[in-house]
Amino acid sequence: MHRTGALYGQFKTLEQQKDTATLGMWIFLVTEVMFFGGIMLAYTINRHTYFHAFAMGSNTLSLGLGGFNTVVLLASSFTMAMAVWASQTSKKGLITLFLSLTILLGFVFFGVKYVEYAQKFHHHLVPGKSFDIFYCVNNPAKCEDIDAADMAKEKEELEVAAKADPDLNAHAQLYYSAYFGMTGLHALHMVIGAGLLFWLLKESVAGKFNAEWNNPVDIVGLYWHFVDIVWIYLFPLLYLIDRHK
Amino acid sequence: MQSPLPTFPDQASNFAGNVDALFSFILMTTLFFAVLVTVLIIFAAFKFRRQSANEVGDDVHGNNVLEVGWTLIPTIIAIGIFAWGAAIYVNYRIAPKDTLDIYLVGKQWMWKLQQPNGRKEINELHIPVNRNVKLIMGSEDVIHDFYVPAFRVKMDVVPGRYNTMWFRPIKTGKYHFFCSQYCGTNHAVMGGWVTVMEPAEYAAWLSGESGDVNPAAAGERLFTQFACNTCHIPNGTGRAPSLNGLFGGTVLLADGTTVVGDEAYIRESILQPKAKIVAGYQPVMPTFQGLVTEEQILNLTAYIKSLQSQPVPAKGAGIMPTPAGKK
Amino acid sequence: MREQATGPALKLPEKHYLNATYGIRSWLLTTDHKRIALLYLASVTFFFFVGGFFAMMIRLHLLTPNGYLLTPDQYNRMFTMHGVAMIFFFLIPSIPAVMGNFLIPLMIGAKDLAFPKINLLSWYVYVVGGLFTLWSMINGGLDTGWTFYTPLSTVYSNSAVAPAVVGVFITGFSSILTGLNFLVTVHTMRAPGMTWFRLPLFVWAHYATSIVMILGTPVVAITLGLAAMERVFGLGFFNPAMGGDPILFQHLFWFYSHPAVYIMILPAMGVISELIPTFARKRLFGYHFVAAASLAIAVIGFLVWTHHMFLTGQSTYAAVAFSFLTFIVAVPSAIKTFNWTATLFGGSISFDTPMLYAFGFLGLFLVGGLTGLFLGALGVDINIHDTYFVVAHFHYIMVGGAVMGYLGGLHFWWPKITGRMYPEWLARIAAFTLFIGFNFTFFPQFILGIMGMPRRYHTYPPEFQIYNVMSTAGASILAVGYLLPMVYLTWAAFYGKVAGDNPWPATGLEWKTQSPPLTENFDVTPVVTWEAYDFHNRPDLGLDVPAGKGSPVVAPAHGDD
Repeated sequence: MHRTGALYGQFKTLEQQKDTATLGMWIFLVTEVMFFGGIMLAYTINRHTYFHAFAMGSNTLSLGLGGFNTVVLLASSFTMAMAVWASQTSKKGLITLFLSLTILLGFVFFGVKYVEYAQKFHHHLVPGKSFDIFYCVNNPAKCEDIDAADMAKEKEELEVAAKADPDLNAHAQLYYSAYFGMTGLHALHMVIGAGLLFWLLKESVAGKFNAEWNNPVDIVGLYWHFVDIVWIYLFPLLYLIDRHK
Repeated sequence: MQSPLPTFPDQASNFAGNVDALFSFILMTTLFFAVLVTVLIIFAAFKFRRQSANEVGDDVHGNNVLEVGWTLIPTIIAIGIFAWGAAIYVNYRIAPKDTLDIYLVGKQWMWKLQQPNGRKEINELHIPVNRNVKLIMGSEDVIHDFYVPAFRVKMDVVPGRYNTMWFRPIKTGKYHFFCSQYCGTNHAVMGGWVTVMEPAEYAAWLSGESGDVNPAAAGERLFTQFACNTCHIPNGTGRAPSLNGLFGGTVLLADGTTVVGDEAYIRESILQPKAKIVAGYQPVMPTFQGLVTEEQILNLTAYIKSLQSQPVPAKGAGIMPTPAGKK
Repeated sequence: MREQATGPALKLPEKHYLNATYGIRSWLLTTDHKRIALLYLASVTFFFFVGGFFAMMIRLHLLTPNGYLLTPDQYNRMFTMHGVAMIFFFLIPSIPAVMGNFLIPLMIGAKDLAFPKINLLSWYVYVVGGLFTLWSMINGGLDTGWTFYTPLSTVYSNSAVAPAVVGVFITGFSSILTGLNFLVTVHTMRAPGMTWFRLPLFVWAHYATSIVMILGTPVVAITLGLAAMERVFGLGFFNPAMGGDPILFQHLFWFYSHPAVYIMILPAMGVISELIPTFARKRLFGYHFVAAASLAIAVIGFLVWTHHMFLTGQSTYAAVAFSFLTFIVAVPSAIKTFNWTATLFGGSISFDTPMLYAFGFLGLFLVGGLTGLFLGALGVDINIHDTYFVVAHFHYIMVGGAVMGYLGGLHFWWPKITGRMYPEWLARIAAFTLFIGFNFTFFPQFILGIMGMPRRYHTYPPEFQIYNVMSTAGASILAVGYLLPMVYLTWAAFYGKVAGDNPWPATGLEWKTQSPPLTENFDVTPVVTWEAYDFHNRPDLGLDVPAGKGSPVVAPAHGDD
């Protein structure tokens, strides 16, 4: 099938090509909803059954870092929307600028995620043989990044939770399985999104996008917004359990 | 009673008659429609077969009345069948209050059952006729299922929860039960027998007076009583070899010869443990001469035999590994 | 077939999609939907043989109650891998990926699918998934059952679970991409005049199938992903020893795997909806109802999954609700069956091989579907759940239904795909052999189920032997019925009689192109002004329409006019 300019051979008009690609992306996003939905269901059921362990797990996450990441992603959705606008108004320089900003914000997100994951690794909170929710409280010297006041608070919360749930460690491991599963899956989708953005950047620098043809920017934007929305769900589900105290 | 339907097992429980009746009803209904449609197809195939090479059929779009008709009628019949089936099921899932409660544990690949007075059985269930029986079931490992075809009852046995099922046997006799949720290697041999007895016989059996004792369960009690279990640990980590799979297997002795793990070998090992030492082990087993009766030896042997299908540990087994394939 | 005027023997067209370009790269890097369909044909046929081999081992082993052929572990691997290979690598892709891919653009008047490169990607994803699963098979195989119930699969099994689960996970994406492609194609790529209600029912069936593919497959993907994590990293969602719930696995698994059976049967129903009008030379009775029934099956099919779990100890009232829905989902299939039957009345019926397969489908799907009613009835399911009754039921639908549809379609469209005809009499013999062998194999299994023989048993009480022997005997006849088409269809592709554009003749747009078609399908985009299966307004077919019938709206003689 031959391609003439932006028009692929199986289509008759650019309009048809645009409608087709857009519909394709929407349907793909529906499949992503079903994909994330499965793990969210597993999370929801376990949170209901093992509330104390899940609340305990949630309290070991950094509200500051999570909140910061949420703002970062929201900002990146804004810059993405600006990139789409720029492509619709044929402002080539601005397309490149906004795509670059979106990518940059994405990498900030990755950086923060790396810090969080590394911390979990050091605190023995990665599911597996060495998982131990009591590790930091029992070995404060090994967890110097938790200050004394927070450590005391964590110790108190753990005692209360352990009384309510004798199998706290096993159930807390379920929380962390959900945490790594959901944020890991999300991060994977962001990496793919970053890849798509790099490709868009290359194409925009080559001058491919303008008011007449900007569909790729549009549909990558859809994907990026979806990934952002997933995080908007993940943040309260994982970070904000029982935080009102 | 024998089911009126051919090839069906005995109708030996309170549910069987009703279940078979529903089955017959569904069979008659589906047979009717299957025959009707088949006859129509064959009739049409003959009546409307092509007469000339370029012939075409009639120009018919459809018929809304027919569509409504053949939608509604099957729906009504379907709902009828559903309702009858649901009624049986709801009755089955809600046990009556006055049940004889039996505890049941399924594990790879055997069943351990316990009567209300504590008496234990392995792969056997003795119950009185005409009495509501409830099984309270748990699993030690994977999902199993307890199925008695003659009773038409079945329920999964799920680890991490208790499932219950109830029935009332209405006919004395011996009925096969099967594990019917795939559970690994020996899923197909994880069966046994339900023995339904007259109440007086059951009472006698329960208190251990009748001769019909479950020797394997008695043997298991003795195994603990005589502290055999402190050295013969099933996973092979004890001072003595694991007895899983021993019965019928080939034992390698310290002097290099082999012997088959049969009744004679077991009896000799209990009474004269130093006669044959298993390769790799020390001769530390004390003799039980004068401490066990012949009947107790028989019961212990029955228990060890029941361990035939248990998983043989890679290290610390009493028997040599079987060559890939035959056992 | 239509009577042709005597003249010179037909010749293959000079240029077509098979000879447009040469070389292995032109096949492995093709974006032509027709070539991709043939790539799929090769791979699904390969897995059919893999699954068939395991089936043969099962039936041979079960000839005697204490089977001497295999050890218990080996037997358990045989039935597991039979299920995995047949369901995920043969049945689910078969009709959509082979026939859907080949025909949908042709049927709607398009040059290709909406996303040709994604189409090729879907084949590669399938192959990679298949390689992972083959790797598992070569490394001793898998013995958990194709249903992977936990904690047996995640904790206790000593077999190559992880690579197989990863393989199935990966192949699921092939399904998702195919479904996505079909949905978008049907929405945006139809030729002018090809309105929704002029679409062939084959397209409607694949549309409905695609809805199921895109909504259901992601759920099994995440479920298998979590199970693989549990197996490899010791997570605990489904492991009761860690607070997890094995029943949660079953819910998530069956949420896809029940709709999956509709992925397997809807396309076959779509094929039958093409075969019967063609070989009765009469429009399908109740076109709109059949189209609506396809969609109804797809939607309601998502609401019945717990009928696989009636005896897990779950809520009684949930079970009642799901049983009710299970009976409701049976109704659209009944509607279709009645409409297919009604189409025959007043028709002009011929008994070419594809029609024989359609008749076979009608009879066998009838039995398979009706036996589902026994299983959906809660009171009876208590007795026959997890017995051979279930095995017989689903083989009647999957083999008697889906495979019959697949073979019928393969024969019907072989002249379009290859330009050549298969040998008719040999094909009819094979169809009969298949039908007879099939019934001997699987009917005795209903009886075994009623007698109480549980499924997945490597050994059984001696009173069950006679029916097992009957079943194995039937299987050997069935095998012949499968081998024959493999051989003569391959032969016919190279040496069969040249078929011409429309040998039957049939009314679909695909038959208004040359056989085999050009790479770009149509020289000129067709403009559609006629209804589906309208034999009375198609003078281009060269049939004898009675005088006075038909309307002024006519189809041009050839798609390129």
